[in-house]
Amino acid sequence: MIALLRGRRKPGDAAGSIVLEGARKATGGKQKNRVVMTMAVFFGLYAAIAGRLVYLGMLDPEESGPPASRVTASRPDIVDRNGEVLATDIKTASLFAEPRRIVDADEVIERLSTVLPDIEVEQTYHKLKSGAGFVWLKRQLTPKQQSEIMALGLPGIGFRTEKRRFYPAGPTAAHIVGLTNIDNKGIAGLEKYIDDQGLADLQASGLAIAKDLKPVKLSVDLRVQHIVHDELAQAMERYHAIAAGAVVLNANTGEVVAMASLPDFDPNNPFNAHEKDRLNRMSAGVYEMGSTIKSFTTAMALDSGLANLESRFDASRPLRIGRFTIKDFHGKGRVLTLPEVFIYSSNIGSAKEADMVGIEGHREFLKRLGLLDRLKTELPEVASPTEPKEWKKVHSITISFGHGMSTTPLQTAVGAAALMNGGKLIQPTFLPRSQDEANAVAEQVLKPTTVEQMRYLYRLNAEKGSGKRAEVPGFRVGGKTGTAEKVVNGRYSSDKRFNAFLAAFPMDNPQYIVLSIIDEPKPEKPGMGATSGLNAAPIVANIIRRSGALLGVKPEFGHESGATVVSYQ
Amino acid sequence: MISRLDRSPVANWWRTVDRWFLAAFLSLMGLGIVLSFAASPAVAERIGLDSFHFATRQIVYMIPALIALIAVSFLDARQIRRLSLFLLGLMLLMMVAVLFVGVQVKGAHRWLSIAGISVQPSEFLKPAFVIICAWLFAEHKRQPDIPGNLFAMILLGAVVALLVAQPDLGQTILVLGTWGVMFFMAGMPWLWIIVIGGLGLAGAVGAYTVFPHVAGRIDRFMTGEGDTFQVDMGRDAVIQGGWFGVGPGEGTVKRLIPDSHADFVFSVAGEEFGIVLCLLIMSIFAFIVLRGLRTALREEDDFTRFAVAGLVVVFGFQSVINMGVNLQLMPAKGMTLPFISYGGSSLIAIAISMGMVLALTRRRPEKRKTLSFERAGGHMLPAE
Repeated sequence: MIALLRGRRKPGDAAGSIVLEGARKATGGKQKNRVVMTMAVFFGLYAAIAGRLVYLGMLDPEESGPPASRVTASRPDIVDRNGEVLATDIKTASLFAEPRRIVDADEVIERLSTVLPDIEVEQTYHKLKSGAGFVWLKRQLTPKQQSEIMALGLPGIGFRTEKRRFYPAGPTAAHIVGLTNIDNKGIAGLEKYIDDQGLADLQASGLAIAKDLKPVKLSVDLRVQHIVHDELAQAMERYHAIAAGAVVLNANTGEVVAMASLPDFDPNNPFNAHEKDRLNRMSAGVYEMGSTIKSFTTAMALDSGLANLESRFDASRPLRIGRFTIKDFHGKGRVLTLPEVFIYSSNIGSAKEADMVGIEGHREFLKRLGLLDRLKTELPEVASPTEPKEWKKVHSITISFGHGMSTTPLQTAVGAAALMNGGKLIQPTFLPRSQDEANAVAEQVLKPTTVEQMRYLYRLNAEKGSGKRAEVPGFRVGGKTGTAEKVVNGRYSSDKRFNAFLAAFPMDNPQYIVLSIIDEPKPEKPGMGATSGLNAAPIVANIIRRSGALLGVKPEFGHESGATVVSYQ
Repeated sequence: MISRLDRSPVANWWRTVDRWFLAAFLSLMGLGIVLSFAASPAVAERIGLDSFHFATRQIVYMIPALIALIAVSFLDARQIRRLSLFLLGLMLLMMVAVLFVGVQVKGAHRWLSIAGISVQPSEFLKPAFVIICAWLFAEHKRQPDIPGNLFAMILLGAVVALLVAQPDLGQTILVLGTWGVMFFMAGMPWLWIIVIGGLGLAGAVGAYTVFPHVAGRIDRFMTGEGDTFQVDMGRDAVIQGGWFGVGPGEGTVKRLIPDSHADFVFSVAGEEFGIVLCLLIMSIFAFIVLRGLRTALREEDDFTRFAVAGLVVVFGFQSVINMGVNLQLMPAKGMTLPFISYGGSSLIAIAISMGMVLALTRRRPEKRKTLSFERAGGHMLPAE
């Protein structure tokens, strides 16, 4: 009882516990109460820790870890018509950092720079200090760089395997094949075309798996492409030109077998691909094609039925239209027959041919041959031709000899194919196309008789006219030269030229159109001229000589006038 | 088993020692060795030492620790008090000395180099301080004329002053908290509780304003801004490990934690062995603390009650703060995880204090006579 009373003295005790106090020591109850409270507090603390552990266990570790392995874009190989690889994927390692895991950014930069001396110190420092979860430091390292960086043993950095495009042919087919960016997306040429055909969507959905992608076959023949590229490079040097280009087009199917434009770039290291003068001049450049356009003027006159090979045009006096005076370069000063107008490249004669057809008929004819519309083909880099806003007589006349209208060299070649293949306009393609497929897309734009006459004129010009230097024994080349004066500061310049040679072979049944252009050629040797027949025509001749057999054209030497000459060059 | 007829000291010890406690302590020490292999090589390599430098030393320190644990557990209450009095005096002297001749590490004077061995006197002070305070509270309770509480307060003041001078705020909080809990259990009136609680709050605010690094840590914890690298990494390591861990030696986040072998060993355990092991470690600590307090609850002798409770409370606070910091539940505060973190002084001091727990919880014949009351009290507990 004493204990009970002593217990009761404590004011803090609850009445309900009085009974139990008797069994205890005097102050024990209160103290035990407090021990229990302490136990409860600790129990709560540990429960909080356990709860936190369980909570952390529920979190997804990826949230704070490095990002999931990136699906890098696979692309199909690109091969030429014989299966030679033009573009393929190779695996490279790319260096990334997780800035939140970088302990010492300065150390990382200092040690990385021993392997990557070109690393941007300040920029990289800011990247590493950004606190982001993931930053790229350097894309597409060589295996040697990768192993050296691994040997540094730096925490917070790592590698991701990425696909990188490799072009075994280097610059040879650069403008056709195109480029990809660092994310392996097509940005130029047929690489871009492939993306636009649905590969980009496929990649975005993660379905572009390397082994499922069939190679994309092109109509290009790498061997011919190489010859064209090589000849252009030689010509650039020989004639000190600022640019040169050529295309070999299958006249019957519209397949582009080879096409090159120099200067170009190496797609494996395209640091200069965006420089202005490295564009694809053949399809993305528009030029006043000069006298080569007379092919179309002549064909127009013939096709209209108003003229035939016997028609005569008075070219004895210069032609005056308003303030312009049209003169002939190789002036004969007499009345010329239609073939003479063609082979002497008479501006006056051509103007009269156009005049005969009339302005509307002239425009309609050029439109029919696709020379006034943007070419439809797979290549994304295609320029639109230009024409006068409103056709007047002066325009019709200048356009008749290739001035006042700009077209791309490629579409000029496509138009010429129609003159040679039986009158069918076939849009060009960089993918293989059979004769049946070509017939399905072809449009008949000329009478067959016109084609016969044009073949005769082309051959005639190579035999007797300005295209003599395009002659290749056995291959029956025919063609038309074009020497255009370039516009400098709004005026035609007499010493800066843009030359072209538009050719077809073999002339008894033309299979291929070969067009060469050369920009600002200089005379090969002092005292020589620099007209198309002296530079653009030899380029075509060289290309045909080296590639004719590869293109499946059988040389026939019996057709040559005079003795059979076997030439080994 | 040892025969009841065997009356040798060892046999006697084995019969009377609390084997649950013993098993818990030994398993923590074992885990300490295992985890030192996981946590310390990265740190050792970073500062240019042999990979297993810290792991080896941890094992070497285990030997004196084990000896201390067992040896102290042989003592009786009177001997514990004497040992503590001696330790307290010695450590107070050393803590004064440390301010003048101590080794400065990271801006604090905490270590004293004796014969080539670094000793942290404040670690050894804690158990001695707890025992002496428990004795003072118990004496005051037994004989209210004795100004035990007053002496305890003076002692606390001296110890806190020395700790703040180092400065070592972690130990200060630990000592204050433990003393507070002991005084609370010793029957501190509620008025005092409010006053002391207020003082504690004022002290916390004071620390926030006086010590910039304290303010910085609390700000960072509250706002999540600034350099929270180490605590972020600690949390990330646990998340990375998931429930079952990434496997021994497979951890990557642990390599980025500067103090992975000491204050952040718990996170490393999480990364490599998983949250399951973290829960196990936590359960062992909780078991020790709650079992210690339960023993205190049943204990009839005031001194033993206060002493055991105080010792396990220090132990508990230390584990709770360490785990809380590791899991980003509280502001960063350097605090070792008892028995597991690397550190010779800490390990041996913890061994001594847990040796004292073992010694004080040994079954004694005089307790039997109150056994019946015990049962009654225990059974009726919820009525309180």
